[in-house]
Amino acid sequence: MGIRTLVGMLVAALAVIGLLATQTSYSLFLPGLLQGALLTIEIAVLGSVLAVVMGVLAALARLYGAAPLRWLATVYVEIFRGTSALVQLFWLFFVLPQFGLLMDAFTVAVLALGLNVGAYGSEVVRGAILAVAPGQWEASIALNMSRAQMLRRIILPQAFVAMIPPWGNLFIELLKSTALVSLITLTDLAFKAQQMNQSTLKTVPIFTLVLLIYLVMSLAITIGMRFLEQRASAGLSRGRAA
Amino acid sequence: MWDWSFALEILPTLASAAIITIEATLIGFVIAALLGLALALVRIAIPWTAWPISVLVELIRSTPLLIQIFFLYFVFPKFGVVLDAFTAGVIAIGLHYAAYCSEVYRAGFDNIPRGQWEASIALNLPQWATFRDIIIPQVIPPIVPALGNYLVALFKETPLLSAIAVLELMQTAKIIGSDTFRYTEPMTLVGLFFLVMSLVSAALIRILERLLNRRTPR
Amino acid sequence: MTDQPMVRFDNVSKRYGALTVLDGLSLDIARGEKVSIIGPSGSGKTTVLRMLMTLETINDGVIWVEGEPLTHMDKGGKLVPANLGHIRRVRAKIGMVFQSFNLFPHMSAMANCIEAPMTVLGMKRADAEARAAELLDMVGLSQKKAHYPSQLSGGQQQRVAIARALAMRPKIMLFDEVTSALDPELVGEVLQVIRQIGREHDLTMLMVTHQMGFAKEFSDRVCFFYQGKICEQGPPSELFGAPKNERTRQFLRAVLEAG
Ligand SMILES: Nc1ncnc2c1ncn2[C@@H]1O[C@H](COP(=O)(O)OP(=O)(O)OP(=O)(O)O)[C@@H](O)[C@H]1O
Ligand SMILES: [Mg+2]
Repeated sequence: MGIRTLVGMLVAALAVIGLLATQTSYSLFLPGLLQGALLTIEIAVLGSVLAVVMGVLAALARLYGAAPLRWLATVYVEIFRGTSALVQLFWLFFVLPQFGLLMDAFTVAVLALGLNVGAYGSEVVRGAILAVAPGQWEASIALNMSRAQMLRRIILPQAFVAMIPPWGNLFIELLKSTALVSLITLTDLAFKAQQMNQSTLKTVPIFTLVLLIYLVMSLAITIGMRFLEQRASAGLSRGRAA
Repeated sequence: MWDWSFALEILPTLASAAIITIEATLIGFVIAALLGLALALVRIAIPWTAWPISVLVELIRSTPLLIQIFFLYFVFPKFGVVLDAFTAGVIAIGLHYAAYCSEVYRAGFDNIPRGQWEASIALNLPQWATFRDIIIPQVIPPIVPALGNYLVALFKETPLLSAIAVLELMQTAKIIGSDTFRYTEPMTLVGLFFLVMSLVSAALIRILERLLNRRTPR
Repeated sequence: MTDQPMVRFDNVSKRYGALTVLDGLSLDIARGEKVSIIGPSGSGKTTVLRMLMTLETINDGVIWVEGEPLTHMDKGGKLVPANLGHIRRVRAKIGMVFQSFNLFPHMSAMANCIEAPMTVLGMKRADAEARAAELLDMVGLSQKKAHYPSQLSGGQQQRVAIARALAMRPKIMLFDEVTSALDPELVGEVLQVIRQIGREHDLTMLMVTHQMGFAKEFSDRVCFFYQGKICEQGPPSELFGAPKNERTRQFLRAVLEAG
């Protein structure tokens, strides 16, 4: 979708929320939901940071690590891609304490979502690195750079641009997965929705608002990543006439 | 920490729950594949629907499946339709993945170069023959593995149905856990089941992809 | 020490599976010598340069640079395959210019030329920039320092690539068909720059080229490759003027006919 359509959708979604907020049957729920949304954002942001770190580390380990490191990274990626975020969340939440490892639900949430998306992210990073033209490596070797220097100065900056759109999708996946944390007692947006729905049975207004709030957050991510992509690729092909 | 005899004891219960999981997967995927195809075809056939459909798809893909499951489950009764949890949940999953599948079909059709249609017109092929003999055979090879990947993704997401108490694998494992205070075995077994199934399916999809590409070399 | 060759290929072979690309190549290149490599497509010319730049591994033999093994290192009197540290130390003497330029697209001409001097040689930015400015000046691009590769013509890009390689102060420069990707009217400016470095620098130069005229005028020696072997070599006057080998004659005739 074009960036105009996306911005249009964002404005429309916000307008609808504003419009609904003029009705008491809707505005009643808004403060509680927004409070939940705050926790959702917090988990999404921290989870995304962890995902990026894990994605880059796992990709580098798989591409350039010594054999044991490579296997470790491969096992990590396969396990976390082979099961869903919910399974991982529950496993960390219910099973780890049985091994005497106690973590609060918030930490478990960030850990599970970050590790899950990081596994997918490692494939994105790996693909983007491998897609950099071989001539760039060769020129770096001819200039006698070390592998770390090549990666940091030549390859990753070029791979970065190619990574932005798929990472945008992954951040949205992560945002959506945050709804799962409501199942391990965290009072995020999804939890608030469930709670209010159970106590008031006003399913339509509550869930309409909740869906709109998630939509706004997703659109914000998409639009933000589009801008980032534009800026980054402008840096790569500065002044390219045609 | 790991108790083999307990693991063996709960295995039959989990196995019968796995059947529910697989049923949910298959029904959900049939809905997703067919509805997705319908959306893609409507888009092609009736140009003005392109925009509303793409907004709808974006809406579905931008919001959590869990919320969509809750919504459908709780909202149907408001309109006098009482659905059991399994049905409501599977419909929600099917709808969610239909949005993804419709994009797969769309990309498949978009990838056919204009020249293929034009060449068919130049050869005076009737439209249905063009579709059957020229377009479909070229659309299928890239679509099948992509749909396969969504089938696996959908399968992995069925534990969400536990949130509305469908007695699939995850819900069963949780019940065993809360009854016995032992979560290690049931949760790990569930994880292993999904892990093994998705690794096997990923391998199958790769083989399928190779077969399809062999039949239509590009 | 002085009569030691700058580069020595000692019975070097390169194979890809069953395909032998270079077959027991032995070749000495003296300090400051300008050697051109010519030959039909697929005869292994590029492979020779890429092995010397350590972009390809070798299957047999040893490559020496200034009397020191490049591909191997001395371990208790025996030659064992070199580790990366050793390779990087010896490789520092070699620079290369590629057919497809391979400039870093996310860096300006200036940044391309100071990147490796700063990160690899540890030069200060000011020193690196001064040196790069000198080199960009020499290749006639003093006005284009801040331009990005995408804003430069092919000929200009290739001249930046030459300046970038020279900024590392190599003793040996490798050129692999550096004008082949250029429009005909841009070939001259790049050849002019190469001529100039040949005059001004005490560089050893090894170049693969299809520009027979340039090879004839510029090089001290021309090697004709055929099927992974040096089929004939000698001063350009002899090789072009009176080729001894039938294959050389055939090749030169074909090239001349093509124009
Ligand atoms: N990575 C590779 N894998 C397999 N074969 C290769 C590879 N690189 C080169 N070759 C083969 O090695 C042979 C020599 O290649 P090389 O590039 O050295 O030829 P060249 O003399 O430079 O030819 P040209 O004039 O076309 O550039 C060719 O037959 C080529 O197909
Ligand atoms: Mg070549």
